[in-house]
Amino acid sequence: MTPIYLDNNATTACDPAVVAAMLPFFTEQFGNASSIHSFGNQVGLAIKAARSQIQALLGAEHDSEIIFTSGGTESDNTAILSALKAQPDRKTIITTKVEHPAVLAFCDRLEKEGYVVHKLGVDGRGRLDLDEYRSLLNDRVAIVSVMWANNETGTIFPVEEMAEIAHARGIQFHTDAVQAVGKIPIDLKRSKIDMLSLSGHKLHGPKGIGVLYLRRGTRYRALFHGGQQERGRRPGTENSTGIIGLGKASELVMQHFSTENQEVRYLRDKLEKGILAQVPRAFPTGDLNNRLPNTSSIAFEFVEGEGILLLLNKLGIAASSGSACTSGSLEPSHVMRAMGIPYTAAHGTIRFSLSRYNTLEEVERVIEAVPPIITQLRKISPYWNEATNSPAAQAFAPAYA
Amino acid sequence: MWDYTEKVKEHFFNPRNTGVLEEANGVGDVGSIQCGDALRLMLKVEPETEIILDAKFQTFGCGSAIASSSALTELVKGKTLDEALTISNQDIAAYLDGLPPEKMHCSVMGREALQAAIANYRGEEWKDDHEEGELICKCYAIDSALIESVVRENSLTTLEQVTHYTKAGGACASCHEKIEEVLQRTLAAQCSAPAVKPAEKPEPAPAAASAEKPKLTNLQRMRKIEEIIESVRPMLQRDHGDIEIVDIVGKNIYVNLKGACMGCALEAATLGSIQQKLFEDLGEYVRLLPASQLEMAH
Ligand SMILES: Cc1ncc(COP(=O)(O)O)c(C=O)c1O
Repeated sequence: MTPIYLDNNATTACDPAVVAAMLPFFTEQFGNASSIHSFGNQVGLAIKAARSQIQALLGAEHDSEIIFTSGGTESDNTAILSALKAQPDRKTIITTKVEHPAVLAFCDRLEKEGYVVHKLGVDGRGRLDLDEYRSLLNDRVAIVSVMWANNETGTIFPVEEMAEIAHARGIQFHTDAVQAVGKIPIDLKRSKIDMLSLSGHKLHGPKGIGVLYLRRGTRYRALFHGGQQERGRRPGTENSTGIIGLGKASELVMQHFSTENQEVRYLRDKLEKGILAQVPRAFPTGDLNNRLPNTSSIAFEFVEGEGILLLLNKLGIAASSGSACTSGSLEPSHVMRAMGIPYTAAHGTIRFSLSRYNTLEEVERVIEAVPPIITQLRKISPYWNEATNSPAAQAFAPAYA
Repeated sequence: MWDYTEKVKEHFFNPRNTGVLEEANGVGDVGSIQCGDALRLMLKVEPETEIILDAKFQTFGCGSAIASSSALTELVKGKTLDEALTISNQDIAAYLDGLPPEKMHCSVMGREALQAAIANYRGEEWKDDHEEGELICKCYAIDSALIESVVRENSLTTLEQVTHYTKAGGACASCHEKIEEVLQRTLAAQCSAPAVKPAEKPEPAPAAASAEKPKLTNLQRMRKIEEIIESVRPMLQRDHGDIEIVDIVGKNIYVNLKGACMGCALEAATLGSIQQKLFEDLGEYVRLLPASQLEMAH
């Protein structure tokens, strides 16, 4: 039984071509990119090539707008902190309730330090209210940070439009595009986005490498201080192997763009329809007509996500859950709560996230595997009536601790 | 995922005594809002002997909640009600060869379901009195609710005391920041901003000493300022605050006031009295300013 990997929003397998591109830079060209001797003289060139591969992927106007970082988290933190430091008289941040913790947890910390944070809410389908957004913009706002696509539901946000609106008010705009890059068309030179985060390991590249796109002319303050790497904007000896791998991964992701949007989308839709056709009281979450082509988030009512994942794992199927109990925190997913999904459904939300490596056979196997698992768990759920195969007639209302 | 023991996995994959017990005469329904788990425990009790003849459960919850429920039913079967009531949540966890600290609340829920079911059988009202908070210390499974109540009851003021009373933070130490936050939150009500007391009387300066003070080099001066700030920190810390130097620019010394001192109405007063001490010990006029003003200056 070969394992099936449907957790590509968590991380992806590194493409073998990416690994091959990286290897010589571990063993032969291991020199420092800043050195002039022969151990490193290819490194600088290779980094330059990687930078232009990423420039092409993002449609950036200049390659100097690409700053290499350690990943999505660092890029997100840097963007927000830079905007605050570069504009000390502006102390407000606007973001959303459904951001990744790389933005949300950092904003919570900044709030404790005295900054003002507004988190835009979403409707039941995970959509933002642009009127609310407009009403919050004023000259105390240092930065707007809104993700391009949500990692749990795949919901896509109208960041290009939001960036225009912010730009018209003279406010910096950052987007966490970690999940969006390679799946939706991005052409930054035509947008008003000032900063963008991407992460290598979400696009079949290596882990621990990412990019902060910084539009030329955007006021910026570095997070770290040291050498002149990345023109002093992100000092520290370059992660040359990571950068070269990310460059290769970017090139591949551009080649596979239509695979992602046609074949992967087809498999995702088949999977989702196949499961929903067989399981009663289950529904997809997020903005179904406007989401990433690879993501399906299904709420199975009256069962808990971790149980589903453990049973799937026994069958060699890897997915993830927006549920409390797997994430290390006990709260159900903040994304599900922001959409107003009731607790008994939020806890049973499973995210299937596909990639270009998945096959039709795999999807068929998963469609077969899921329904019996849900039946098995509902059998022991106090909210479910096995005899009628529907929610318990008398609603289960326990004494809550 | 979680580090579940073989026993937990075994009870999750093959839970014992699941489903509805038709002849139940004691039923306990409990839930934990924190985790969203819920458990119905059904007991069939023999009235004459009060022996639990049969037990079944239904659980909505994660793997360890299901395993804990399964373990609970196995533990209570054949016991009298009074014997069953002596089962603690640790007994349930021990039966499963342990639970991860984040999941200890599953065993607590099991014990509560048991109390609720027995109360139901006896026709009593069962009230849950335990509060659950955010898990703070993963090494010893201590949550914020416990820390808060221990802090209040024992008038604790420092991290070290919390560790001493609850063990929280006593092992890997990575939760110290969270403990300090809970401490501050708990004590915030009595926001007693540290007015810096003129602690130990400074040694009476020999007459005309300041006039004779040799001029300090820049480095000496910085060290001296650091020393003075260091000397007031214990006082601030006693009141759950702290201070750190951010920059020294000419006569301006920029500092961060932290903890209970921050944002308090008394912030200015605190700065004022530390500034006074700086004049005296340094023998020159300096200004002590919050670091936020440094940003403006740039
Ligand atoms: C939307 C989003 N932002 C940020 C991150 C963090 O990226 P990284 O793991 O590279 O720090 C992730 C991935 O976990 C993500 O999904």
